Amino acid sequence: MLHLDNLELSYPDFHLSANWSADRGGLIAVIGPSGAGKSSLLMALAGFITPGTGRVLWQRQDITPLPPGRRPISILFQDQNLFPHLTIAQNLGLALAPDLRLNKAQSARVTGVLDRLGLSGLGHRRPADLSGGQQGRAALGRVLLQARPILLLDEPFAALGPALKSDLLTLVRDLASETQTLVLLVTHDPRDAQRFADRTVLVADGVVHAPTPTADLFANPPVALQDYLGP
Amino acid sequence: MANSARPLAPGAWALSSGLAALVLGTALVLALHADTFTLRPAEWAALTFTLKQAALSAILSTLIAIPVARALARRQFPGQAAMIVLMGAPFLLPVVVAVIGILSVYGRNGIVNQLLGLIGLPPFSIFGLHGVVLTNVFFDLPLATRMILNGWFAIPAERFRLAETLNLGPSGIRRHLEYPMLREVLPGALTVVFLLCLTSFVVSLTFGGGPKATTLELAIYQALRFDFDLGRAALLAGMQFLICAIAVTVAGRLTLPANLGSGHDRPQTIRIPGRKPLILDTFFIVATALFLILPLTMVLKDGLPALPGLSAALWQSALRSLLMALTSASIATAGALALTLATARNAQGSRLIEIAAMLPMAASGLVLGTGLFVLIHPFVPPESLALPVTVLVNAALALPFLYRLILPEARALHLTYDCLCTTLNLRGISKMRLITLPRLARPLGLGAGIAAALSMGDLGVIALFAGDHNATLPLMIQRLAGAYRMQDAAAAALLLVVLSFALFWACDQGGRRAAP
Amino acid sequence: MLGSPISIPARRKMERPMKTIHLALAFFATASMACAEVPVLKVLTYDSFAAEWGPGPAIEKGFEATCACDLQYVIAGDGAAVLARLKLEGTTSDTDVVVGLDTSLTENASKTNLFAPHGLTLANDLPVPFSDPDFIPFDWGWFAFVYDKTKLASPPKSFKELAASNLKIVIEDPRSSTPGLGLLMWVKAAYPTDSATIWHDLADNIVTVTPSWDQAYGLFLKGEADMVLSYTTSPAYHLIAEKDDTKAAAPFEEGHYMQVEVAGLLASSHHPDLARTFLTYLGSDAAQTTLPTTNWMYPAKTPTAGLPKGFETLIKPMKSLLFSPSEAEANRQSAVEEWQTALAR
Repeated sequence: MLHLDNLELSYPDFHLSANWSADRGGLIAVIGPSGAGKSSLLMALAGFITPGTGRVLWQRQDITPLPPGRRPISILFQDQNLFPHLTIAQNLGLALAPDLRLNKAQSARVTGVLDRLGLSGLGHRRPADLSGGQQGRAALGRVLLQARPILLLDEPFAALGPALKSDLLTLVRDLASETQTLVLLVTHDPRDAQRFADRTVLVADGVVHAPTPTADLFANPPVALQDYLGP
Repeated sequence: MANSARPLAPGAWALSSGLAALVLGTALVLALHADTFTLRPAEWAALTFTLKQAALSAILSTLIAIPVARALARRQFPGQAAMIVLMGAPFLLPVVVAVIGILSVYGRNGIVNQLLGLIGLPPFSIFGLHGVVLTNVFFDLPLATRMILNGWFAIPAERFRLAETLNLGPSGIRRHLEYPMLREVLPGALTVVFLLCLTSFVVSLTFGGGPKATTLELAIYQALRFDFDLGRAALLAGMQFLICAIAVTVAGRLTLPANLGSGHDRPQTIRIPGRKPLILDTFFIVATALFLILPLTMVLKDGLPALPGLSAALWQSALRSLLMALTSASIATAGALALTLATARNAQGSRLIEIAAMLPMAASGLVLGTGLFVLIHPFVPPESLALPVTVLVNAALALPFLYRLILPEARALHLTYDCLCTTLNLRGISKMRLITLPRLARPLGLGAGIAAALSMGDLGVIALFAGDHNATLPLMIQRLAGAYRMQDAAAAALLLVVLSFALFWACDQGGRRAAP
Repeated sequence: MLGSPISIPARRKMERPMKTIHLALAFFATASMACAEVPVLKVLTYDSFAAEWGPGPAIEKGFEATCACDLQYVIAGDGAAVLARLKLEGTTSDTDVVVGLDTSLTENASKTNLFAPHGLTLANDLPVPFSDPDFIPFDWGWFAFVYDKTKLASPPKSFKELAASNLKIVIEDPRSSTPGLGLLMWVKAAYPTDSATIWHDLADNIVTVTPSWDQAYGLFLKGEADMVLSYTTSPAYHLIAEKDDTKAAAPFEEGHYMQVEVAGLLASSHHPDLARTFLTYLGSDAAQTTLPTTNWMYPAKTPTAGLPKGFETLIKPMKSLLFSPSEAEANRQSAVEEWQTALAR
């Protein structure tokens, strides 16, 4: 269980607080107006921002003092998820061995994931030689190999077309339920939340609200969400 | 997004303290051995002249560099790549060699005066303040052009396309794209050129035309050589450091944080319609090419005849210089990388590190050498340490250039990929091997090339330490010229130039090859 | 030649050119490995003396053939650098003998009390009487303005004629070069009370002032000036080494100032007897014979076989000027300031 225990992020012109928990597995959408702090929340969870007060707990263990690489968390950013000078296979391999000295079994796992994601035979290519959708799959492949119980997605597929994005989000949802991964998906598109997330977190007015079943939330939107969605 | 208040790595502190200790400590050693600290009126005159020639040269070099860089950025022509490479050439020339080239073009019997004679105009004399400035511009215009050209290339292609769709026209492009870029790039370029001219000694004295063209560096030379006044030398060195620190600080204040936006990898062609810009650009490209190529060609012409007859000892010294240059370049590159990686994060104390990294530019070779001599001499015969000391000092002297060169790319690397590395727990040697070195290969290669070539041509410290059997090529050139053997000296100078460029080219190409 | 400390890293470098780290370590491992069996005589001198084309190698070979010792040169850039280095080292110097100071530096050098009286009586043929308890002369020359006979038919015959002419000259800076300082002494010796006027009148003839002799001479050879401050013996180099007889020195009616190069023995020397033997050798016929065509100066004692062919073509000034070392030292600062003032307009 992920538990945000009185988490407070404070800056001179910005404040965000969160105090809730979420069970293992499943996809949670994070929505809210621009600048409300969706990305900051993810950065705090991933360990790039130190919270003013409060703790982040996973399975009752305090992970707040851990550096990003040691947290049970993997993350996909809006862009720059793959190193352009490394091949796809190397990019994936980094998840298993940061020095890229992979043994046979590890190499086989990389190939397996590539096959699984429909990237067979593309392992030796550089990211620039792949289409946007393929790059997204490759990045997903890497987090899959990282096999961390929590996955944070900071609108990584926003630049893709609707069909591709929906393909990839479907893939994310399937993988999440298959591996019992808890996925937090930041999106500015309410339809993403409605189609893929069983629960949704609303970030507005300095508060990260607790996850609510998506259907309920959109059926009875709070004022902040009404303002965001518009008429 | 990263926490801004992270402290600097202890290694970076140690390295920059070491650098500051080497540069300032040697001056301090002289101060400690001094009896009195007095400056003469002549030295105040030297200060004024030093500042005047450095400021004039810096302003002129950067002003001319702007249209040249613009022409290079927005035109495509055969040999353009070669011309950009040529831009690196004068900066790497040993001063003594460049003086030969400049004289062959602008001297009494030079090309310019022959042409003036043909059309019946009175001859032009290179000697005087204008000669000093002209020579400094020859050295530093290409460097300034390269720096400003990088600024142009860093403007994202999308911006230019946007400007085109908005139909901004040349004046709009200038105002909205080029002025902001120049505003950001010029202070750095001005500072670097200014600092380079600050310690110019041979140029000022050879072309200055008399004692009124006295620089601080010459005053230091006199204080140490003839008057043996260590206190005055230390004071003068202190003045140079102070000017350096002020220049770096002012430039730091003037330089805005990089805000060019991240562009895509390849430089774009900028389409500027119209005849007038085309004529202007052609003029600037042709004039600059002539300005740079003519003196270099004359060095070639002067040196070639005696080249086959050079003695075995000379080739040995060439090999020695080559190996020393490679070692020195490796040390300088590693040091600059460590400092840039530390400051790229903008951690606390970055400004101090930056000043420490720039300090060697204001260092007087003679003060450094003398200070080290005083330190080393009680323990071992200085000539037994001639080579390591020269290698280390040359590495320190080249470090500021490398630092400037690598820092922007290290910053970009940090901003772009540091978060990803962190989540992947990619650290230490693996991060260095897989990410940092490949991503920074280009500036590292270029920097190593510059360090190697600078070290190749250096005559500063070795002259104080060299013994019987460890002369470097520049020292041999000086010895040849000191024994009437001007032809051999010219040939050896040519050899030095060729080797310096070859080293520079090899390192630069190595970096490009290694880059992804 | 015994394995000098310096040749070792050079050899290692060639074996493993790629391993720069080993190289760097090898660099540091070079601290003196001098052979302990024979005494080592360290001779501090300027670089063109020890250069392969200078007198150094022949003198080293000749002396080592008789001394059962190892002669090693320690090198500084020029005469002034030699003295600066001595002062930096002070009494801790491991140098035994200093070769290459000139008389504008010897007073300053004697005052350091680093030198020991040589106690030798060696005959010399200098045009003016010369004897100094601390230093023996080994070669000398007259300063002169050198020109190209094919370009300048009637050279000036005095400073006044030169100053009145439109001729362009290059000179060396007295603050960084011994010939430059020598010129100041020359003007001072020729015009004790009028030197400022001479400099004032010369100012428009001076194209530029270079930091060192070789730069001035190089400018002259490139045609940047009609005349250069050098030595009366300079044409001998072109004549003998290059078979070029176009260069000549202009005789001046005021007389010519001399540069006398001297050698001395350091009080801290561990081998004072060997050092004296070396000084004697330096004054011997064998060593003196090599000097004219290696250092391109007059030997202090004319060799029994006479001067090399070609030297007879050189001008012989009627009048030789030379300040005593103490006069030279006393004049130096004021002469430099006078020169600066005259040229700084």
